[in-house]
Amino acid sequence: MHAPVTEALPLRPPAPDERPERATIRVIPFDPPPTGGDPTRTAGTDPATKPVTETALELQDVSCWYGGFRAVRDVSLTVARGSVTALIGPSGCGKSTLLRTMNRMNDLVPSFRLDGAIRLDGQDLYGRGVDPVAVRRRIGMVFQKPNPFPKSIFDNVAFGAKINGFQGDMKELVEQSLRRAALWDEVKDKLGQSALALSGGQQQRLCIARAIATEPEIILMDEPCSALDPRATLQIEELMRELSARYTIVIVTHNMQQAARASDVTAFMTMGEDRAGYLVEMDETIRIFTNPREGLTEDYISGRFG
Amino acid sequence: MTASDATVAVTLGSGPRFEPRLARRKASASVFLVACLVAIGLLMLALGLLLYEVITKGLPYLDLDFLTAFPSRRAERAGVLPALVGSLEIGLIVGAVSVPLGVGAAVYLEEYAKNTFFNRALRTNISNLAGVPSIIYGIFGLALFVRVLGLGRSPLAAGLALALLIMPIVIIATMEALRAVPDSQREAAYALGTTRWQAVRRAVLPAAAPGIMTGIILAMARAIGEAAPLVVIGAASFVTFLPTPTQPGFTVLPIQVFNWASRPQDEFQGIAAAAIIVLLVLMLLLNGLAIVVRARLSRHLQW
Repeated sequence: MHAPVTEALPLRPPAPDERPERATIRVIPFDPPPTGGDPTRTAGTDPATKPVTETALELQDVSCWYGGFRAVRDVSLTVARGSVTALIGPSGCGKSTLLRTMNRMNDLVPSFRLDGAIRLDGQDLYGRGVDPVAVRRRIGMVFQKPNPFPKSIFDNVAFGAKINGFQGDMKELVEQSLRRAALWDEVKDKLGQSALALSGGQQQRLCIARAIATEPEIILMDEPCSALDPRATLQIEELMRELSARYTIVIVTHNMQQAARASDVTAFMTMGEDRAGYLVEMDETIRIFTNPREGLTEDYISGRFG
Repeated sequence: MTASDATVAVTLGSGPRFEPRLARRKASASVFLVACLVAIGLLMLALGLLLYEVITKGLPYLDLDFLTAFPSRRAERAGVLPALVGSLEIGLIVGAVSVPLGVGAAVYLEEYAKNTFFNRALRTNISNLAGVPSIIYGIFGLALFVRVLGLGRSPLAAGLALALLIMPIVIIATMEALRAVPDSQREAAYALGTTRWQAVRRAVLPAAAPGIMTGIILAMARAIGEAAPLVVIGAASFVTFLPTPTQPGFTVLPIQVFNWASRPQDEFQGIAAAAIIVLLVLMLLLNGLAIVVRARLSRHLQW
């Protein structure tokens, strides 16, 4: 039952320059892992295979307010480094709000307020003197609707790097980012063309490449496939698997199959009487979908949510 | 076809719960289309008559000499050179002043200003300023630039007054263009670790540039066509030298047209029409420039 799965999923062979690294660091498990997955990465159910996981992001008693309305209540959770964590739950339960607190995107909403602490490597993102601009460079984000800039493909990928004073070879960085986002082969001959001429799925992978190019530690994805067709969705899911070798990924999704297929850990949120979202439970994806502890979770994943 | 099929076909077309009245809906659509065509037709007719009148009257007087000669008592020797140069010179001053100030004010109001009562009042008042009669700007310009600042009746004073006149238009057009940039573009920039200014400078302004340019050039066309405020500022009717920005004494095309058109002689009516053609061509060039710039800037834009 605990035999490691050695099969890798990618449709496209990974770029030659990445192959040795991926092979030596870890093996990407296929679909929802039948066991705890790759033991170097996620917490297994069996104490014998349970590795010491490093915490990338830690939320402690996080509550979010929009003016007088509490959107999220007392969420505490940890995101393991190198894992894919899915946030699922009904519409309006505060998943996206919670996700957007993780790189301080909600600071842009004037009435927004946060209680509690969110720590990246032990440092509180909302601590005194922490600049949200610096936070966002370390924690990138991909949005629901692909939002490339109305610029060339090259300029889109180079945007964040330029802003942040990248000193190296820009061409190399753009190529590397596009390769990691599994888009290079499709666009390598038209880097000067408008990003908006790409298909929706390509645009979303471009946005992922753009986020990667600033070399973040964590990538937040807010329903990245909700505007895409099933084929493009599958490509993004495969990509998330590959990316989790280098980056920690937190994804909000409405699509439970997606959470089941693409994540290691799943957090289920719902909302209470006061419409404030809260965390019901968080566990390995396989447990959430086969044997959840809470009745609410079971009702939701089996479609009996009401 | 079975009987039940036939029943289905009949009830589909004329169920008791719907009364499609398709013929009537289509008829009202045609009526509306005709009304629209009449509206555009009347406009085209008025414009056509105007152009016909101006061109038949003015074309015989229009030649290179007309563009390079100074005004004269004798219509056949008169030209528009000082007025043309005056218009271009004042146009440059207007652009140099109103574009940076207007775009800057719009960026502040749209991207930085909080939604306070004061800022809402400010926005409303800028819209109101766009409706103030242009002659008021002339009187204000006379008081402030000519008298208080001592610039005299110079092209500089005139340019500053016209810059004030079109500033609200530039601000409003720029604000509209900025508002048309989806918030997802700002979020995309912020998520990559830009500061607010970098997001504005690198993402929002480039995306809004075509709209901003269009607004600026239309506003410039307005400034170049203005006569009333310049009468108050003190544009001369008979200028036999090329204007210097800081020296008193200048004229512009609309003023020149006004002066010639108020003379009784047929020849002067003719050269007034010719000057109108020059003004129209100038406008056409400006608008053509607007289209080219817009097309260049919006190469990548499409949402």
